[in-house]
Amino acid sequence: MAELEARTGMGAKRARPISPHLQIYRPMLTMMMSIVHRITGAALYFGMLLIAWWLIAAATGPNAYATVEWFMGSIVGQLILFGYTWALLHHMLGGIRHLVWDTLHGFDPADREWMTVATLVGSIALTLALWVVGYLAMGGPR
Amino acid sequence: MTEPMFRTPMSRVRGLGAARSGTSHFWHQRVTSVAGVLLTVALIVIVISLLGRSHAAVVQILGSPLIAILMLLFIINTAYHMWLGMQEIILDYVHEDKWKFLALMSNTFFVSVVGLASAFAILKLSFGV
Repeated sequence: MAELEARTGMGAKRARPISPHLQIYRPMLTMMMSIVHRITGAALYFGMLLIAWWLIAAATGPNAYATVEWFMGSIVGQLILFGYTWALLHHMLGGIRHLVWDTLHGFDPADREWMTVATLVGSIALTLALWVVGYLAMGGPR
Repeated sequence: MTEPMFRTPMSRVRGLGAARSGTSHFWHQRVTSVAGVLLTVALIVIVISLLGRSHAAVVQILGSPLIAILMLLFIINTAYHMWLGMQEIILDYVHEDKWKFLALMSNTFFVSVVGLASAFAILKLSFGV
């Protein structure tokens, strides 16, 4: 029993080794993208307020809807919407990357590196592409 | 211990094992993320098709059955997905019981209100009045 306690540390309070945390690692792209995935997730969490506001305004009437349209059309609104678009796409692509990893594929250094770069480049490219499409849908240059 | 002597070792440990639900949080997050990819694509298409339209046209499109069903699926799926995600973030960073339970409860309240309000708006657009 004493031997078991010594081996497992059970029964005795003793200083345990603390696992190394963020500040001890050299920043790497996969690590940064992991953090960004969480940050975009949290941002989208509060971003759902915008979608709720938009839907409730549409259900309330033309005046309420006009207020939403005015805000979304303002500089601040456009910046928020642009950030929201990128966060949504980045979180989606990052999520797909995680789903690939869930199948035990893509763990090689080369694979995980290109998938991470693809998430970043893809999310920026898709965001710009969507905004061009949206700009044209709004009537394009007038 | 004041336990009666006649309790067997088996009776003492019964019910103290794993709850057999260890992977359900992970699994539900994956299920809602797969659905989320499809529904997000749907949301993007819907939003772009609504850009620049009048309020009357937006009401008509959002209220049409197919679009309303897709929007409802998006809202319900996203609400559950973000509830799971925020719960994970809270459990990672908030260790003091008082703040932890306050945050977990706020998470549930926030998701319930935002999710229900959005779903109600879509239903109202769809059923009218």
